[in-house]
Amino acid sequence: MTNWPILSLVTFLPLLGAVLILFIRGDAVIVARNAKSMALWTSTITLVVSVFLWLDFETASSSFQFVEKSEWIPAFGISYHMGVDGISLFLVLLSTFLTPICVLASWDTIKTRVREYMIAFLVLETLMVGMFCALDLFVFYVFFEGVLIPMFLIIGVWGGPRRVYAAFKFFLYTLIGSVLMLLALVTIYFEAGTTDIPVLLRHAFDPEIQTWLWLAFFASFAVKVPMWPFHTWLPDAHVEAPTAGSVILAGVLLKMGAYGFIRFSMGMLPEASVYFTPFIYTLSVIAVIYTSLVALAQEDMKKLIAYSSVAHMGFVTIGIFAATTQSMEGAIFQMLSHGVVSGALFLCVGVVYDRIHSREITRYGGLVHRMPLYAVAFMVFTLASVGLPGTSGFVGEFLVLLGTFQVNTVVATLAATGVVLGAAYMLWLYRRVMFGQLVREDLRTIADLELREVAILAPLIVMVLWLGIYPSAFLAPMHASVATNINRYQAVVAGQTAPAAKLAALPAGTR
Amino acid sequence: MYTAAVLLPLLGAAIAGLMIAHSRDREAQVVTCGAVGIAAIFSIVILLQVAGDGTPRTIELFTWIDSGELNISWALKFDTLSAVMVFVVTVCATMIHIYSIGYMSHDPSIPRFMAFLNLFTFFMLALVTAENFVQMFFGWEGVGLSSYLLIGFWYDRNKANAASIKAFLVNRIGDFGFVLGIMGVFLLFGTLSFDPVFDAAPAMADRSMKFFGWEFHALTLICLLLFIGAMGKSAQIGLHTWLPDAMEGPTPVSALIHAATMVTAGVFMVARLSPLFEYAPAALTVVVIIGATTAIFAASVGLVQNDIKRVIAYSTCSQLGYMFFAAGVSAYGAAIFHLMTHAFFKALLFLGSGSVIHAMSGEQDMRKMGGLWHRLPWTYALMWIGSLALAGIPFFAGYYSKDIILEAAWGAHSAAGQYAFWLGILAAFMTAFYSWRLLFMTFHGAPRADHHTMEHVHESPPVMLVPLGVLATGAVVAGAVGYYFFVGEGMAVFWGASLKVLEGHNALEAAHHVPTGVALLPTVVAAAGIGLAYVMYIMRPEWPGLVADRLRGLYLFLLNKWYFDELYDRVFVFPAHVIGRGLWKSGDGDLIDGVGPDGIAAATVQLAQRASRLQTGYIYHYAFVMLGGVVAIVTWYLIVRLG
Repeated sequence: MTNWPILSLVTFLPLLGAVLILFIRGDAVIVARNAKSMALWTSTITLVVSVFLWLDFETASSSFQFVEKSEWIPAFGISYHMGVDGISLFLVLLSTFLTPICVLASWDTIKTRVREYMIAFLVLETLMVGMFCALDLFVFYVFFEGVLIPMFLIIGVWGGPRRVYAAFKFFLYTLIGSVLMLLALVTIYFEAGTTDIPVLLRHAFDPEIQTWLWLAFFASFAVKVPMWPFHTWLPDAHVEAPTAGSVILAGVLLKMGAYGFIRFSMGMLPEASVYFTPFIYTLSVIAVIYTSLVALAQEDMKKLIAYSSVAHMGFVTIGIFAATTQSMEGAIFQMLSHGVVSGALFLCVGVVYDRIHSREITRYGGLVHRMPLYAVAFMVFTLASVGLPGTSGFVGEFLVLLGTFQVNTVVATLAATGVVLGAAYMLWLYRRVMFGQLVREDLRTIADLELREVAILAPLIVMVLWLGIYPSAFLAPMHASVATNINRYQAVVAGQTAPAAKLAALPAGTR
Repeated sequence: MYTAAVLLPLLGAAIAGLMIAHSRDREAQVVTCGAVGIAAIFSIVILLQVAGDGTPRTIELFTWIDSGELNISWALKFDTLSAVMVFVVTVCATMIHIYSIGYMSHDPSIPRFMAFLNLFTFFMLALVTAENFVQMFFGWEGVGLSSYLLIGFWYDRNKANAASIKAFLVNRIGDFGFVLGIMGVFLLFGTLSFDPVFDAAPAMADRSMKFFGWEFHALTLICLLLFIGAMGKSAQIGLHTWLPDAMEGPTPVSALIHAATMVTAGVFMVARLSPLFEYAPAALTVVVIIGATTAIFAASVGLVQNDIKRVIAYSTCSQLGYMFFAAGVSAYGAAIFHLMTHAFFKALLFLGSGSVIHAMSGEQDMRKMGGLWHRLPWTYALMWIGSLALAGIPFFAGYYSKDIILEAAWGAHSAAGQYAFWLGILAAFMTAFYSWRLLFMTFHGAPRADHHTMEHVHESPPVMLVPLGVLATGAVVAGAVGYYFFVGEGMAVFWGASLKVLEGHNALEAAHHVPTGVALLPTVVAAAGIGLAYVMYIMRPEWPGLVADRLRGLYLFLLNKWYFDELYDRVFVFPAHVIGRGLWKSGDGDLIDGVGPDGIAAATVQLAQRASRLQTGYIYHYAFVMLGGVVAIVTWYLIVRLG
């Protein structure tokens, strides 16, 4: 264990980089070049530092580690309180892993306002990392909401033709949820008298209030995940966002909702979570099947992958609320896997988009003839998305289904159909883009991956295989934290007789 | 050595994969053939060791998935069953690798092809040496992937691409059942490793399990779910539609994956899980019925197909049916025995047909062949051997294995057994008929190909013929050699603990004591089938056309493969696309966005416009509204406060 504030370092290093970029002066070309190198260096160093979190992480412990705490607004008992446990550790790493890749992916494609773009990304990284580390409601809220701003700008400024519509849709959707969450946070403060998350995790809220708090949190998290039917902002946002924006959006931002479900809904509001579990199941199963079918009908590559994200995140929410060891670890693992795989798939789309400037599936075909390296990379990620054993996608989905089957066979079975449909739309996409004859004139001269692109995709391929073949490295640090969470939750479930009866009856799935 | 036997092909695939970019054809061929060849030599040693001293060996590599009570390792399990499978897989694979050097010599992407073949071999070995359900599933999906890649090997052909996706998806449907089965096992046993599950199975024989709100006999449910996976992989009726289409791939692929090894994985699975299936008699009955039905269905379709590879594909499907109903009557030894002999003679037939196609410049339609026998004497002779083995003519390999299966079906003394026996006999007749129809149409009669093609007809080079010779040797002797160990007196010692048969399920024992008539019947009908084919295609070549005209409906029904594809297109594929589009446009577009964000936005705009319309700027409008307001307030005051 180190004594220096490593979490603050990981959190605020990117911000420091952003500030430094502000000071770059000179000719526009030089500013752009320096800003890019600065951003790349900063994010890489952040990644290196964050790896120490993993190395120094005490696997056996379920408590928060690397804790930093200092008073901030003593009048309200708000403190700057940071720490990670086995659940948030890898989400932090995921953020720091994807950011340098995003910077590199934008290297040649972003030509306007490069400096501002890089600043936005570094600020975004600070906010994401801070959000996963925050152990104080207030700090959490600041980071959680703050993420919206750079993302809104990235879509709205550097996006495609319909970027304004998409940016506002994204912003309003998430904002409405957030406002309700703010109400919930204020209520919690008045109810429990503290904003300290570890304390709140041990606080027993009155079940009646829990219902309302849960719904308020749900409004925010369900939009972020996104769960059906709050998902329609996602395809639009993805389609209009620049490639790197999509990567972060799919890779990290969607996980914020799922993380919130674990930390707040499950952790603080267990009675309400039990009560609403059938509701979550229903929405998630619909998400899996519905969006898979919708993905089958897409004509735009990015939209297809966006819809597949909704389906894959459906597995995550099912896994969280099934609340067995396997399903919960599977859900967290699926978050990591999806972060890597969907990010990679968006990068793959970006590769051809940079060359041809179209995302229409029918615009392509036969690319394998000209782009063998690209074909291999795209194939690996397609298979990971399909959940082939040996890739990262399998482990998460399998654990979720396995864990869920123990408590609810119907949900597990219905969700498993998503595996069949997932294979259908992904292979169909791959076939239409990569296979067949090379017909179009401008595709005849299309170039294969350049070195920069190889450097972006290669680490992702390594991650996909690593997560798939030796997932234990990632599962081991989760065990203790997940076990603690599950035990606490199951204890409540077991002891819960009267409160359950008190809550009104909603249409519930069979159990 | 045990580990190397499994991992060498993976290494070969990786090295050959790196050669793709540099087009080092020869090196890739050497590496891949070498890898699988060494694995084959190892496999022989392994088989002798494991079956010799009867002690299974398990090699743990490292932890794979570890979560709660679930603990899965990468591990290699070698008992007699897996050793036999490793032997069959590596030997067939070696022959087919070598054959591919000749067959694919004109192809521009040889390293890729060889790498895929090696990759497939690795996955297949991982499947058969699995020590737990999940690793089996890993191999299971892995061979599916290789099959997908190899069927679609010629990726500029649309038909090949469609076939490869179809293969993957139909298999995925099967795998869906497989996964559910695995989850059921975990729910019931709390572990997914084979040995603890098998040990605990007898104690679980009376348990029931809730699934979709109904109570089921737990093991029956689990076995049936797992069997859905087997049906997909082994192309049993209902999930068979991908196999004939898979013939779009290069012929060595058809021989290796779609005849000798991968498609038999389902049979292997049932045999491997015999300690579970034995306690699920209802599931076994289903296996028998599905197997027997597939045997007759596929054989009947094979009667009328004109594509040489499709005939053999349906024949494979049908033979897999035999293996399944053998397993279903608890004659697992017979199933694996037939699996082995079939691997030899069916690979031989496929490669032989590949030799014909190679000679005919890619032509696969038998109606455009004929009269080839003196041009391709070796191929012709080898195809005869393969067909004799397939038809079960005495003393060829198929004779031993198919007869014992039919006798075991008879010996099961059950209704399902009788069903399987009689359908099996009928299918045996058809098998002989279509095999000789194939031989006669291809090699005899007047040449029907155009002059140009006929000029180019040439016998295959030794690199293709020698592997055929090796396989032919297997097709001749494998039956006689293996009989004693697989199904004869030595079987109890040979199989050891790797197969489990309960007391009272010993159909294989009873198979040795069936009436003489029953024992002779398969051979008699096979001879009759050959005779009929001779009459119809040599003596009276006009008859087939007449029969087809007379029985038009039946002919079309068979030619169109019982209309399975058409049915599935209508019921599943087309609706999925329509529903998907509908949900997208109406669900997401009109309903969610319409009512949600766009609707609210539009409503806000409208409201604002209304509000702005109020501000007209005319004094008298404002004055009038004020007056109205005053009147309303006064009225309200008078009525409520004073009244």
